[in-house]
Amino acid sequence: MIVRITVNGDDRPFDVSGPDSLLSVLRRDLGLPGTKDACEQGECGSCTVELDGALVCSCLVMAVDADGCEVTTVEGLGDEDGLHPVQEAMLETGAVQCGFCTPGFVVAGAHLLDRNPHPTPLEVKEALAGNVCRCTGYGAITRAFELLAEPHPGDAQTGEES
Amino acid sequence: MEFVAARDLDDALDVKADEPDAALLAGGTDLMVDVNLAHHRPASVVSIRRVRELAGVDEHRIGAGVTWEQLEGSPHRALAQAARTVGSPQIRSVGTIGGNIGTASPAGDGLPWIAAADASIVVASRKRGERVVPWNEFFVGVKETSLEPDEVIIAVQVPGDVPESQEFAKVGVRNAMVISTVSCVVMRGDDGYRIALGSVAPTPIRATQAEALLNSARDITEPLLDELADVVSREVRPITDHRSTEAYRRHASGVLARRLVERTRP
Repeated sequence: MIVRITVNGDDRPFDVSGPDSLLSVLRRDLGLPGTKDACEQGECGSCTVELDGALVCSCLVMAVDADGCEVTTVEGLGDEDGLHPVQEAMLETGAVQCGFCTPGFVVAGAHLLDRNPHPTPLEVKEALAGNVCRCTGYGAITRAFELLAEPHPGDAQTGEES
Repeated sequence: MEFVAARDLDDALDVKADEPDAALLAGGTDLMVDVNLAHHRPASVVSIRRVRELAGVDEHRIGAGVTWEQLEGSPHRALAQAARTVGSPQIRSVGTIGGNIGTASPAGDGLPWIAAADASIVVASRKRGERVVPWNEFFVGVKETSLEPDEVIIAVQVPGDVPESQEFAKVGVRNAMVISTVSCVVMRGDDGYRIALGSVAPTPIRATQAEALLNSARDITEPLLDELADVVSREVRPITDHRSTEAYRRHASGVLARRLVERTRP
């Protein structure tokens, strides 16, 4: 079956015949290995992508069922020439150890900040609850989001009260 | 593999009428685990996530395709509380209450609420049309339901007399991303208290002896609450497995029921 999806803004049709996951298609057929393959049961979050704006584990998306969808992977959020603010912040706090979980945290974190630019520490923890870091580097990861969640100088003048 | 992306309920019922073995795919949070880890290769799959008839939700009818993320905003307090404890944001964005019902895991977090609400499961097929099945006739065993192979779960039908005073809690090994060791819903209405539990029997259950004890008492006193916890602990039928022991589940059932009765006490 030919499946048409948009990945990071580009049309990326692919051919699939079985129940393969979107994760395996992204990595194997579309040359996008940024999305990581670990537990394959939705427990670890390393394969997190956005699917039509929803945060999902790409291992639990049947690729053929994504026909017509828009997918954003970590490759669509930033690259070496222009890092995403979440990537900048994680660099700054040293939030990367082995790096395997990092793409999932970047996608889930970017999704959170799009909807809630100044999350509280509890909101950060809840939003990242589906992402596991086996190096247990959670301290540095949550500190990255504390940096990002701080109100920016320009925000004070445009508060909700006005 | 044959694949149909159903646009409406007719599409889905047509596929199931022709091929009762076709796997239903909504959020994929159960089916794809089978595909990935058990190397399940369904011959036929029908995706129902675009079926508009399954999407609606109001106070008396919850479409089978309604996600946990949507249910986090449910006016039914204990259902919203349960929704918030399901999986992670990635699971709640796609996982549906219909999937929870169809999978019928003893640990399904939505099921104690359905039992406490005395809700029914609405199913449909090409051959028999719509059937409304009371929850206690729908769930018949561990991951076993009375759903016929050609049927599709379309909604939860919620009675009009569901008490407003209701609480959910669950016990698990951590806060996030956890499968329930014990889950409990207590409701307090004009007809008295209702107590439902999950993960402590093959199906969700009502603690009817404990309900009778509470509803025959004049006052909810401390000694009565102690007795209530004992009765609930004896009434449940848990097993020992990799997640917990029978003894712990009995104890935790009593603790949770007691705690939620206290929270719903006037």
